[in-house]
Amino acid sequence: MEKLKGEHLSHEMGMHTEQLAGRTQQIFFSPAEEESFTYPHAFEVDFNKRAEFDAREMDTRGINLKIRELMSQGYGTIVVKNPLAKHSLGVGILNRLQLYFEGSLGYFGVGLIDGPNIRIKGRVGWSCAENMMSGTVIIEKNAGSSFGAAMRGGDLVCRGDVGARTGIDMKGGTIIVGGRTGAFSGFMMQRGRMIVLGDAGKNLGDSMYDGTIYVGGNIESLGVDAVPGEMTDLEAAWLERKLKMYDMQAPNGVRNLKKIVAGKQLWNYDNLEPTEKKIVL
Amino acid sequence: MCGIAGLIHRGSSGDIGREMTRMLQSLKHRGPDSTGYALYGMANKNDLVLRFKVAEQEDMAKGFDIHHKVKDRKAEIDRRIAELGGKILQEEQATEYAYRYRIAYDGDRRKLADYIEDVEGGEILSLGTALELIKDLGDAKRVSEQYKIPGFQGTHAIGHTRMATESDVDIRSAHPYWAYPFADVSVVHNGQLTNYWGNRRALERKGHRFVSNCDSELIAVYLADAMNEGAKLEDAMRASIDQLDGVFTYLVATSDSLGMAKDTMAAKPMVLHESDDFIAMASEEVAIRSIFPTEIDTFDPYDGEVRVWKS
Repeated sequence: MEKLKGEHLSHEMGMHTEQLAGRTQQIFFSPAEEESFTYPHAFEVDFNKRAEFDAREMDTRGINLKIRELMSQGYGTIVVKNPLAKHSLGVGILNRLQLYFEGSLGYFGVGLIDGPNIRIKGRVGWSCAENMMSGTVIIEKNAGSSFGAAMRGGDLVCRGDVGARTGIDMKGGTIIVGGRTGAFSGFMMQRGRMIVLGDAGKNLGDSMYDGTIYVGGNIESLGVDAVPGEMTDLEAAWLERKLKMYDMQAPNGVRNLKKIVAGKQLWNYDNLEPTEKKIVL
Repeated sequence: MCGIAGLIHRGSSGDIGREMTRMLQSLKHRGPDSTGYALYGMANKNDLVLRFKVAEQEDMAKGFDIHHKVKDRKAEIDRRIAELGGKILQEEQATEYAYRYRIAYDGDRRKLADYIEDVEGGEILSLGTALELIKDLGDAKRVSEQYKIPGFQGTHAIGHTRMATESDVDIRSAHPYWAYPFADVSVVHNGQLTNYWGNRRALERKGHRFVSNCDSELIAVYLADAMNEGAKLEDAMRASIDQLDGVFTYLVATSDSLGMAKDTMAAKPMVLHESDDFIAMASEEVAIRSIFPTEIDTFDPYDGEVRVWKS
């Protein structure tokens, strides 16, 4: 307590300054710790066992139960035909799986997943891949608002345009948008990376704590506390590799992507040790 | 939470009654309290189509007198139409309390509307050459069966499924709203307007009438007022984005157009499908899928966006 009184005055810590400086990404989790974590209801599947079914006449519960039933039987590649934009499909999958939706999803599609590789031929509605932990989700067409909300890990890719609030409350992982993203993208972003190859709407990165946003097109406006950052050789190489993985290209090369980072110091966040930040997030 | 939907057959017509019923039924989970349609048939410039009601649905369950009263009210409305020089050419009774008239009338439409609504329980749902506005309690299946909506041929339509949050569950508070006194203008809305009362008082001082306490009615009256002062529909819609505060997406239709507007926060959903011959839009894509068996492209409009299409 004595130390706090003497040394941690808010002015000394920069709480009241407007000096802006970007932060870099930090790794807070140890790989060893992640490896030791398992889910009780994850299934052992074989990618060579393939199944497909038509979801046209099925409801959300029926479709999700069917996917679970097939996983419990060891099917590692599942094709869902005619999802017809029904809501909450493919959620809560906690194991490796190749899952294909031949059509569009409604709201809250493929949320709360940890591990599967999912490809969606159509469009997705609001809040796709919310709270995604790991794996890959690739959407061939457009996406609605709150794309990748509170996402924690993995790669979430939309080849078309996405709506407002992309990556809101994002806590990790990578979002890639082939087209345009709407207003308030990266709102309260806390970690992770977002790559937008097209234009970004107003208030980009508003109130972001941390994380990095890259934009290939025009930015309508930056949000509070979001500031331009400087591209490093390391992240340019990382961007090149990451986009190549999904057959995507920055419009004028990765070096010309605009980099946006958090600029304001946060009293309760910046003074934490990395291990403590994990608890906060 | 409410559900809204719209469709246009570009340069042609179709069974918009059946199509809109499918769309609205698939949005039932967004609001089961009431369902409403604004259907635009083939315009007949010589005649007016008048849709009106003389009581609320819930009134009909209160005692025996109401059954006599609705007949008296209807007779009084007939008398007033004749008094103003109108002639009833065709009469249909959709329910005990709701009617559809085709009338010949070339006088002042506002005067006609005010005189009819002066009858106790009388409320005009729509008045125009193309618009037929139908709304009642229950889901789309129930309302469409009650009013025999499937089979209605027309060029475009908007519809609404309502979850009542800030006003009563009655027909008066159901959408769509007719933009009184403008013929053929109707509005559906999903969202909340936070500066409703201030705007309402300002419009009431200018002589506009409100039939409900539903904030969505404000949009219809606001657009009617702007157009009354000479603004074009699209300009009035663009002005509404700044003037109306809150979170909203709304659709507005006229005899030959359909428009959508979204608030500056993009806080309420809307999905669009646009092709050369057909445009569909709804709060959820599942509604659009209900009328398209094959794969189609869809997208979201952005914050503050206004679009208007011609039929």
